[in-house]
Amino acid sequence: MGLEEDNKKIEESMRETARKLLEDKEVDAVIGYTEGTLPMSSMAMVITRAEDVDKLIWNNYCYINLATYLVPRIAQLVDPEKGDLKVGVISKGCVGRAIIHLKVEGQLNLDNVKIIGIPCNGIIDRKRIEKEIGQKEILEVSTSGNEIIVKGRDFEEKFAFDEYILNVCKQCKVKSPPNVDDACVGECQEIESVSDDYSDLAEFEALSAEEKWNHITELLEQCTKCHACREACPMCYCNLCFVDQNKPIWFGKTTDLSDIIVFHLIRSIHLVGRCVACGACTSVCPMGIDLNLLIRKVERIAKDRFDFTSGLSSKVMPPMMDFSMNDSQEFMLEED
Amino acid sequence: MTQTETKTESEEWTPKIIAFLCNWCSYAGADLAGVSRIQYPPNIRIVRVPCSGRVSPFFIIKSLMDGWDGVVISGCHPGDCHYISGNLVARRRFGIIRDVLEFFGIEPGRVNFMWASAAEGERFAVLIRKATKIIKELGPIKKF
Repeated sequence: MGLEEDNKKIEESMRETARKLLEDKEVDAVIGYTEGTLPMSSMAMVITRAEDVDKLIWNNYCYINLATYLVPRIAQLVDPEKGDLKVGVISKGCVGRAIIHLKVEGQLNLDNVKIIGIPCNGIIDRKRIEKEIGQKEILEVSTSGNEIIVKGRDFEEKFAFDEYILNVCKQCKVKSPPNVDDACVGECQEIESVSDDYSDLAEFEALSAEEKWNHITELLEQCTKCHACREACPMCYCNLCFVDQNKPIWFGKTTDLSDIIVFHLIRSIHLVGRCVACGACTSVCPMGIDLNLLIRKVERIAKDRFDFTSGLSSKVMPPMMDFSMNDSQEFMLEED
Repeated sequence: MTQTETKTESEEWTPKIIAFLCNWCSYAGADLAGVSRIQYPPNIRIVRVPCSGRVSPFFIIKSLMDGWDGVVISGCHPGDCHYISGNLVARRRFGIIRDVLEFFGIEPGRVNFMWASAAEGERFAVLIRKATKIIKELGPIKKF
């Protein structure tokens, strides 16, 4: 069966679930995706009436992590009289994981959130397709079978779906959201842990320090420090992010290579044991930087050091919020 | 700058190392090393912090960015923390800082973590000697 039929089916059942939730007054609002203004784009949308559910869509361009809207810097889903609104969130696997992890970090109450689970088979990497197309304008995009068909004024190109999804989606092990505390309706799964061999990282990790540095600087030198990755990230909810802090100023605000590297370095450190590998940062990057390498490493550190995968359970404490007397300390300097 | 320092600088390169020492153990350990007249390399410049848990990744990365050739962080042994669990929280953080720095291509030897109690002047000196040797072999920091 082709992608199109799959997505249509998912879309139908998703709308049905959302309509039921709204009609039964189980939720006050549903956050979902709607058609974007350009081909290959999508936007987030909040609906509050059951008759609006047909505006919700699902396809392989829905790259936004909707959990971001649950913990904005200024609380928006609050009614002056009723208090916190009950919200349903259209959740692919990573959105569900993000919601669960935000709960573990004490950022939201799962009683107020309904995870409307949908299975996701990967998000199309539109930056890579745009790069392939070059300067020509894309007017229409459709999927058929296992192919992405991109049409413009005088060209038509086909791309293999499996190849042109986000690199981080290729490694995805949690396609539909985990069912935690019965907060999930729709397509969910019981999942305790995931196993991963991180074979995609092996090549990079075998490089010498000098080669790694060169590779990373080459990857990131395009960065303009627009902080779109931070805005799209469901885990970057701090009221005062370190990049905005000016007392003390930890690093420069310029696009010097050193300032860029420090930004991504600190951001990676902050995301260890928290990143849910949704790839939203990569999707929103205006310079088309693929942050897959950093996402995967950050996941790997949490897995190797603490055997932790974020967003799978509401009981397990994230590694950076916890400590133990028996932690490994092989890196500490010791007398010979 | 003393005369000896100028002399060594003209002869061969020696690293500049910033050391964050916890107030209760390692700082006192460094003091003991001094009082006991145990020799250790004069390359470290000490910053006293209340606890090794006070050392945030910013301290380390800012130091490297500002041109320090290496960083040493020292605190109380696990279980001895004045604030009960500060060094245990710090230990988790140190592990991931080290992993991420290594991934970015910054030699892990530039950032050294150690435990030294107030009674271990000798151990402190030995470890500082070792850290200085590692950083000296890596050479001056050229990144950032």
